Amino acid sequence: MKINQQDVEHVARLARLSLSPEDLKIMTGQMDAVLGYVDKLNELDTDGIEPMAHAVPMTNAFREDEITEPIGVERTLQNAPQQADNYFKVPKIIE
Amino acid sequence: MKFHDLSIQEMRQKLLAGELTSIELTQQCLQRIKATDSQLNAFITVCEEEALAAAAVADQQLATGSAPLLTGIPIAVKDIFNTLDVRTTCGSKILDNYISPYDATAVAKLREQGAVIVGKLNMDEFAMGSSSENSAAGVVHNPWDLERVPGGSSGGSAAAVASGQVVATLGTDTGGSVRQPASHCGVVGLKPTYGRVSRYGVIAYASSLDQVGPVAGNVADCALMLGVVAGYDPADSTSVDCPVPDYLENLNAGVAGKKIGLPKEYFIDGLDPDIKKAVDAAIETYQQLGAEVVSVTLPHTDYSVACYYLIAMAEASSNLARYDGVRFGLRQDSGDGLIGMYQQTRSAGFGDEVKRRIMLGTYALSSGYYEAYYLKAQKVRTLIRQDFHDVFSQVDFLLTPVAPTPAFKIGEKVNDPLQMYLSDIFTIPTNLAGTCAMSLPCGFSKNELPIGLQLIGKPFAEAEILQAAYAFEQATDWNKRVPEL
Repeated sequence: MKINQQDVEHVARLARLSLSPEDLKIMTGQMDAVLGYVDKLNELDTDGIEPMAHAVPMTNAFREDEITEPIGVERTLQNAPQQADNYFKVPKIIE
Repeated sequence: MKFHDLSIQEMRQKLLAGELTSIELTQQCLQRIKATDSQLNAFITVCEEEALAAAAVADQQLATGSAPLLTGIPIAVKDIFNTLDVRTTCGSKILDNYISPYDATAVAKLREQGAVIVGKLNMDEFAMGSSSENSAAGVVHNPWDLERVPGGSSGGSAAAVASGQVVATLGTDTGGSVRQPASHCGVVGLKPTYGRVSRYGVIAYASSLDQVGPVAGNVADCALMLGVVAGYDPADSTSVDCPVPDYLENLNAGVAGKKIGLPKEYFIDGLDPDIKKAVDAAIETYQQLGAEVVSVTLPHTDYSVACYYLIAMAEASSNLARYDGVRFGLRQDSGDGLIGMYQQTRSAGFGDEVKRRIMLGTYALSSGYYEAYYLKAQKVRTLIRQDFHDVFSQVDFLLTPVAPTPAFKIGEKVNDPLQMYLSDIFTIPTNLAGTCAMSLPCGFSKNELPIGLQLIGKPFAEAEILQAAYAFEQATDWNKRVPEL
C-alpha cells in the first residue's frame, strides 16, 4: 500500500474537500493504484538532471508599469455568490 | 445543397459573392444543432440570439466590402473559453451559473476576424478526461457510433465538426485533448507549440501544458483557424513573441525530400491491428509522395504517462484552489464557518475525476512527498524533452498513431481511471516537450470508426506539419467521409 485511509483524510483536509466514508474508501483504492503506477519513475536515475518547470525557456516577463482601464467593480462582482457594499461577502472568519 | 458540407473557404467565397448571407448560414447552423444535438450533446450552451445579431453585423460588413477572414462564419468554442456575457461552465457544476465578464484572447481574435460565435461546447469537467464522460452537462456521443465516446477532453469540439453542426471549433490540449477527440471523430485537430496561442481567459487546468488548438473538417481550415488565434499576447506572459507565418501560403509545398521519423516506442505490440494497418498505409503514402522514412527512438516514452499525470495533477490542485465559493461560482454554506463553506462548496461542486486529480496533486505537492513525486516528475520531463530534441536533429517531423485504439464504448473505462490515463500514451509526450502536433484522418476500423494519424513537429514548426498533412489529405480522401445522423 502506498497510501492508507488516514493519509487520504489528511490530504482531503489540505485540499478542502470532505469525503463520505464510502468515497474515502474508493478514493484510497484509486489513489493507491495511481501512486503505485507512477512509482515507475524511480526506475530512472535523475541525479544531476535539472527539473523542467516550463516548455519555453523564460525568466521574468516584465512590462511597462502603465495605468490601464480595469474591469470595474460591477463586472468584478457580477458573479459573486454574496456581496455587500461593493465587497465580496464571506462567512464570519473571526469568532 | 447542405451548407454544412462547405469548408470555411467555400463559405467565404459564397458570402463574398452574395450567394449566401451570414444570417442564412447561421440559421442553417442553428437548425443543424437543433436537429442533431439531442443525439450528440456536443453543446452546453447555444447562443442563438447573440449569433443572429453578430450575423446581421457580418452581413453589413460583407455589403460594404470590408470583411476580414471569418466574417459571418459560424464557429463554436469549448466551454473552457471565457466568452463575454455568456455562461462559461467548463463542464462543471461549480461554474454552473458563471457568466464571463470578458472574452478570452482567442475568442476576441475570432470576433476581430468577424466570426459568429454560435455556442459553447461540451467537455470533460475542467478538461480532465479522455472521453467527455466527466461533464456536469452529461456525456457527449460520438457521431460515428452514438454508443461510443467522442474522445476528450474536447469531445464536443470534435463531435460538432464531425457532425456538421459547425465548420470549425476551438478546443484545448493539455495531454491530447484536441488530437485524441479529433482522431476518434475523424476530423483535423492541431495542438500548437506551447506559447504559440495565448491562454488568457482559458480556464486553467495544468498551466505548463495547456494550449489552445483548432478543430476543423480539413487541413486548410485548420491552418486558417490557427493563423487567426496564434500570436503574442501581453496578457499571457507565457505566449511567445515570434512572428506568425501565413499558414495557408505554402500549404501545398509537399513532402518530397522530407525525412519522417517513426519512433519505435509508438509502434508497440498492444496497438490495435486496424490502427496499425491504417498508419502503415499512411507511411506508404508518404513514401510515394517522395518522403524518406526512418526509424527513430524516444527512449523515455514509457515514463511519459506517469510524468504527465503527476505534473498535471499537481498544477491542477493549485489552479483549482480558486474555486472557493467566494468570488464566483457555487457557494454551499450551512453555517460551519469559512473552512466549512470551502469544503461544502468544493465537495458539492466538483465531480469525481476532478476531486481525484486535486487529491493526487495535493498529495504530490504535500510536505514530505514533493521531492519524491513532483520534483522527480519535473526531472523526468527534462529527459522526455531531450528525447524530442535529439530526434529532431535527425528528422523533419515524426509520424505516429494518435491513440492505441479507436473510440471506446461509453462507460467502458469510467471505473478504471488508470486505464483511461494510459489511453493518452501517444499524445502526452508532446505536451511535456512543448512541441506541436496534429491529428488527421487516415482510415477506418472494421466497424467503421475513424482512425487518426499524428504528425509531431519541431517547436514552432506548425507550418511544416500542416504542409505534410495537406499533402496526405490531397493524396487520400478520408476526410470526405461523414457520419450519417
